[in-house]
Amino acid sequence: MSIILAAEALSCVRQDRVLFENLNFQLSAGQVLYIQGKNGAGKSSLLRLLAGLTLPEDGQILFRGKPLSGQSEEFAGQLLFIGHHSGIHPQLTALQNLAFWSALSEQAVADPYQLLGSLGLAGLEDIPCFMLSAGQQRRVSLARLWFSTKSLWILDEPFTSLDQQLIATLEQHFLQHLAKGGLIVLTSHQSLSADYPALQAIELEYRW
Amino acid sequence: MVMWRALVQRELQLLGRQKADWLNPLVFFLLVLSLFPLGIGPEPGMLKQIAPGLVWIAALLSVLLSAERLFKDDYRYGVIEQLVAGRQGLFSYVTAKICCHWLSTGVPLVLVSPLIAVLLGLDWQSWQVLVVTLLLGTPVLSLLSVLGAALTMAADKGGILQALIILPLYIPLLIFASGAMEAAATALPYTGQLAVLLAFLLFALALVPLAVRQALRMNVG
Amino acid sequence: MWGSMFRWLDPYAKPETLYHLCGRLLPYLMGLALFTLLLGNIWGLAFSPSDYQQGDSYRIIYIHVPSAIWSMGAYSSMAIAAFIGLVWQIRVAQWAVLAIAPIGAVYTVIALFTGAAWGKPMWGTWWVWDARLTSELVLLFLYLGVIALAGAFSEAARGIKVASLLAIVGVVNLPIIHYSVEWWNTLHQGATITKFAKPSIDPSMLWPLLISLLGFALLLAALTCLRLRSQILIFEQHRPWVRQLVDQQQGEQS
Repeated sequence: MSIILAAEALSCVRQDRVLFENLNFQLSAGQVLYIQGKNGAGKSSLLRLLAGLTLPEDGQILFRGKPLSGQSEEFAGQLLFIGHHSGIHPQLTALQNLAFWSALSEQAVADPYQLLGSLGLAGLEDIPCFMLSAGQQRRVSLARLWFSTKSLWILDEPFTSLDQQLIATLEQHFLQHLAKGGLIVLTSHQSLSADYPALQAIELEYRW
Repeated sequence: MVMWRALVQRELQLLGRQKADWLNPLVFFLLVLSLFPLGIGPEPGMLKQIAPGLVWIAALLSVLLSAERLFKDDYRYGVIEQLVAGRQGLFSYVTAKICCHWLSTGVPLVLVSPLIAVLLGLDWQSWQVLVVTLLLGTPVLSLLSVLGAALTMAADKGGILQALIILPLYIPLLIFASGAMEAAATALPYTGQLAVLLAFLLFALALVPLAVRQALRMNVG
Repeated sequence: MWGSMFRWLDPYAKPETLYHLCGRLLPYLMGLALFTLLLGNIWGLAFSPSDYQQGDSYRIIYIHVPSAIWSMGAYSSMAIAAFIGLVWQIRVAQWAVLAIAPIGAVYTVIALFTGAAWGKPMWGTWWVWDARLTSELVLLFLYLGVIALAGAFSEAARGIKVASLLAIVGVVNLPIIHYSVEWWNTLHQGATITKFAKPSIDPSMLWPLLISLLGFALLLAALTCLRLRSQILIFEQHRPWVRQLVDQQQGEQS
């Protein structure tokens, strides 16, 4: 199996604090990278490095065997990144937010009402998102995963404030994505419950 | 193009939702203009003489202040971060923002210009020139203000900082826009000044969106 | 092509190498700067002949002209450093932006102050909206904008990048601002500045001016080295080589 995403001797410094040093991993199609660690251990910083938003202090990230820096366009074309913040504008409705993200990824959503309904948002499509709960806003944000054609998903705390039922739905969707040869990098405080075929876990220590 | 239309639509939806974003600058503009006669005196001759400078200083301040919060919400809720990571939509997003910012601040100034003409005692000819300079100049104001907002997006301090970095860049615009109006008021030819304003507009249109995109990338990087 | 052409410069992009290079250059630059400044100014202020029109007050040009010229030179070099820093992602070039900005701002203030002091005997007033003085004032605002923007971010590295971008935007605008102000000036007050537009300058006045010009350039380079060294230390403080350096110096002291 060919390796799609790899890190070589990665290290990251934020505000004069070394978050991690000499981090290595290799991910091939159909695999999950599950990053654990305490608050402030550098999980989000690692995801931002992998998404190409920041540059590592040392080491490099390889995409299909070549350094990320030389092929950021190709990489971004395969990337779906949902960071620590949901990317949902609270003044817009769920439908408007969905329309924004579908226009940006140039993927028309066949039936947005049906999609939002399947995520438990039936009847809430037309009210501004600031009136929704945190969990409901998170669902609007994650709705993107159901129409995206990107193969590499980088998700920061996707399960936060979701109820058990929706976590199960989401994990089922993850399994489908992996079965199609996709890759997922995610962080989470809670342990994963579904049975993933190829799971790699990294634990980041909190360092002073 | 489909993408761009959707992005413009989103900006217009936001402007519809947050009416203060474009109404307040307009009120601010009129308020500043009405302060001058109170501070300097209401003699029509004097007002007519200083009108070009007044109108343009009030316009650039109101456009500048209106841009301050332009990216703050999208930054805070992680929209910009995800746009930068995804890359392909970022430039369309920037141009949609600039376009809608001009529609919501520059165009209203043109629309209230008859009112300004009445307040400052401008004649028919001067009002026409005012409208032309506003049409050519306010897009440049919008472009530079959006650049200021993008540069200071993730800064701890906003407002005054944005004014501090962008106001010096407005100087050429101020000089030529008020120069055109002054020339018209004294019945001198003013097409040269208008041509320079047009040149500024084209120059800014070519370069500023790229600089804004770069500034957004740096602010989340 | 660009990559291979400048390959020999690569080692100097490494902070540690550059730190030591600046340290070696600093005493020579500073010594030469002090020597040429003293030579140029003593010659200019004490020995060159006085002007037939302006008497002795013209002698301020030995400070005014070099500081005005190098206030713009510093802005250009800052913008060049910013461009290199952003395009090739070279961090030391970005730090150089922050190193140069305050020096350039001080040069601008010196040029403004000496310009105003020169204006007092010439025009009878401290300040006239003369095209060159006005451009210089705008230049000061541009410097202050870059400095303020660089300091406005809690993440210093981000502030420097954004300030570098502003420096590039500023340098693109500088000629536009300059010619706009000149146009505005001819429109509004015409003849005041032609007094100084001299067709020629006597060699006995020119030589000290050129030496002083060189002195200000060397001082700019020396101060940039000094400030760049401290910038490098600040940004690299968690690196082993800086810790080693600190240990070494503490060892020497005790």
